[in-house]
Amino acid sequence: MNAIAELTVAALILIGAFFILVGSIGLVKLPDTMRRLHGPTKATTLGIGSLLIASMLYFLTQHGQISFHELLITLFLFLTAPVSANMIAKAHILRSKEERSRLPPTGRKVDWATLEGAPHRGD
Amino acid sequence: MTTIASMIAAAAICVSLVLTLYRLITGPDATDRVLALDTLAINAIGLVVLFGIVFGTMMYFEVSLLLAMVGFVTTVGFCKFLLRGNVIE
Repeated sequence: MNAIAELTVAALILIGAFFILVGSIGLVKLPDTMRRLHGPTKATTLGIGSLLIASMLYFLTQHGQISFHELLITLFLFLTAPVSANMIAKAHILRSKEERSRLPPTGRKVDWATLEGAPHRGD
Repeated sequence: MTTIASMIAAAAICVSLVLTLYRLITGPDATDRVLALDTLAINAIGLVVLFGIVFGTMMYFEVSLLLAMVGFVTTVGFCKFLLRGNVIE
C-alpha cells in the first residue's frame, strides 16, 4: 500500500512538472500574444493541480494528516486564472491597432464593449 | 522514489523559469511581459509546493498561497495600468 502511494505521488509530481514545462515552452515558442495566452493555462490548471494533489496524497500517507490548504490554493488559482487572462487579452486588444482592426463588425450602432471608453493612444 | 521524482521535477521547473525569464526579457510588447510575470508566479508556486513535499513540512503552503495572491494582484494591476494609464482612478 505504501509503495503504491509513493509511486502515485512520484507520478503526479512528474506529471505536474511536465505540464509546467509545457506551459513555459508554449510561452516561448508560440508566435503572437493571443496564442501565447494559451500556453501557461496548462501550467496553471494541470501542472499546479497535479502537484497539489501529489502534496495532499503525500501528507495523507506519510504523516497521516489531511491538509486542506491545497484545496484553497487550487480554488484560488482556478478562480483568478480566467480573470487575469481576460485582463491581459483586453489590454492587448486595446494596445495594438492591428488586433483592433481584425475584430469583425458588431452589426449594431455600438462598438465592441472592450473598446468602450478606450483612451486614444499613439500606436 | 519520491526524491528522484522531485529532483527531476525541480530541474524541469527551473528550466521553465529560465524560459519564462527569456520571454520576460525579449517580449515584444508589454502585455507579453505581464503574461510572463504571471507565468513566473505560477512556476514559483509549483517550486514552493515541491519544496514542501521534499522537506516534508506544511509551512510552505502559506508561502504558495501568498505568492498566488500577489501574482494575481500584480497581474491585474499591470493590466489596469496598461488599459487606463492609472491603477486606481
